[in-house]
Amino acid sequence: MKIKSKSAKIGDWIFVVICLLVSTICLLPMVNLLARSLSATDALIKHEVYLWPKGWNLDAYSMVLTDMKYIRAFFWTVFLTIVCTFVSLAMTTLCAYPLIFEKLRGRSVINIFITITMFFNAGAIPNYLLMQALGLLNNPLVLIIPSCLSVYNMIIMRSFFYGIPESLRESAEIDGANFFTILVKIYLPLSKPVLATLALFYAVGRWNGYSDALVYMNDAKYYPLQLLLYNILNNINSVEVATLEGFSSPGLSESLKAAIVMFSTVPILCIYPWLQKYFIHGVTLGAVKE
Amino acid sequence: MKSKKQAVTQQKVSFKVYMKRYWQLYALLALPLLYLLIFKYVPMVYIQIAFKKYSIVESIWKLPLADNHGFEYFIKAFKNKDFLLALRNTVGLNLLDLVIGFPAPIIFALILNELCFKRFKKVVQTIAYMPHFLSWVIIYGLALQLFAPSTGFVNMILNNLGMESIPFLNESHHWVATYAGLGVWQNFGWGSIVYLAAIAGISPELYEAASVDGAGRFKKMWHITLPGIKPTIVVLLVMNLGSILGSNFDRPYALQNKLVMDVANVISTYVYKVGIKGLQFSLTTAVGLFQSVVGVFFLLMANWIARKLGERGIW
Repeated sequence: MKIKSKSAKIGDWIFVVICLLVSTICLLPMVNLLARSLSATDALIKHEVYLWPKGWNLDAYSMVLTDMKYIRAFFWTVFLTIVCTFVSLAMTTLCAYPLIFEKLRGRSVINIFITITMFFNAGAIPNYLLMQALGLLNNPLVLIIPSCLSVYNMIIMRSFFYGIPESLRESAEIDGANFFTILVKIYLPLSKPVLATLALFYAVGRWNGYSDALVYMNDAKYYPLQLLLYNILNNINSVEVATLEGFSSPGLSESLKAAIVMFSTVPILCIYPWLQKYFIHGVTLGAVKE
Repeated sequence: MKSKKQAVTQQKVSFKVYMKRYWQLYALLALPLLYLLIFKYVPMVYIQIAFKKYSIVESIWKLPLADNHGFEYFIKAFKNKDFLLALRNTVGLNLLDLVIGFPAPIIFALILNELCFKRFKKVVQTIAYMPHFLSWVIIYGLALQLFAPSTGFVNMILNNLGMESIPFLNESHHWVATYAGLGVWQNFGWGSIVYLAAIAGISPELYEAASVDGAGRFKKMWHITLPGIKPTIVVLLVMNLGSILGSNFDRPYALQNKLVMDVANVISTYVYKVGIKGLQFSLTTAVGLFQSVVGVFFLLMANWIARKLGERGIW
């Protein structure tokens, strides 16, 4: 190691400062939101809350946590997310695994069949009419089935499978293991990183998605949390709706809004840092191989 | 000669033998392929209503052809002011994302690469990935808290400093800037992952050799790092250029409001409002078909150009 010159050291610190600034910009909106959600109503009305709560209280949170509408939507979304993640992971594995066998006849045709769907989409209305024909409109299954396989994620998984040495499965084949056994006994145990990555992608996609519910669902009972949040953010601004929904003052509705945004953000923010080393690998796999 | 004959008979026999072993793989593939067939290919059947007069009661195969040899709805779309506006907005907002949003992850990756404190770098990365995990509804919620005219964080500060509020969300020009800025905020960290991986793949010997030759930090960045990640940049640029007419729904729909519809309505939200809410199925299917076909054409073009420039392209 060469000893760094003074100017190089100053350079290092400039980059540190830039990164600190960037991190601040990322975190600032969250801190502001948290401060608002914990602040007293009149402090919000007087525009006194910046990055630190004023008049500490948990009223907004207790209001959210005692309102069945939010609790219901929360658990419904948790349930949906878990089911979607498992179904999607299973579908992705089923699709990716057979395609790594070079001896599979018709593999190139199947690959073309799959790739076309990545580049050509029939459009929103044909999809809507299909859901109508399948009886999926206003059916909670519409939030699970139509999005249960992402070809992009399948390609990531396939790239990962390609990275597992062929000799492993060949020796298993010689020992008389069938393809299903090889998948369960060899491939899946070795694929934990990619399974974790894709589970995160699918879970985040479902947790954050609202457009399918917006288009296909009429029954507010089955709205996922994000769509409920969208409706609240867009209605609460008008005073009539606020009073209709039982908000005593505009200040409270302000902190309530902040609390609801917080409430629907926190689960994801608790999960992703732990999976960081996996998803970095997953993203890279997806980009290297098309 | 003999061996050739043998090979032929072997192949005939082997189909049975082959299936006896390989049927399992086809069985595993059955469900995903059925899914793709139903949810990606069957909708293509409905594309024909773009060329027909749609009615709810009639089967789509029996619908009468639309006027002008079936192209009535395409002509209608291109005479429709709202659609033309949505088309302009889609291309405009995507171009803006390309100009501002595309370089941001590259610059961030270059900055991260210069950090020599490993722990600090990890923390910065974790923080920078965070916005990617927020939904656009949540980001809209955050934007409201930050940018609302009188109650928003930024405008409160401006007011305190004796300045006028900036209408970030409710004036067209400002909204466009906010839209692009939030896009950068959401994606710069996540987008940098790919570039960081590409940078990690550059041989350290190149940097050492450059140091020996007396190259400074920025010289190395310009002459080694950037050329090293150029293939990655080109691939992602091709994909971005190819989707210049594509429109994501979640982001514009969550961020738009009535006051800025002239710049915020894009094709996807137009189709939702006019098609699904307004029930003009034939017109909006035509719009969707136009978007898909031109989108594929753009992607092929972008890929072709990348190859002409001597890069790998995406296939």
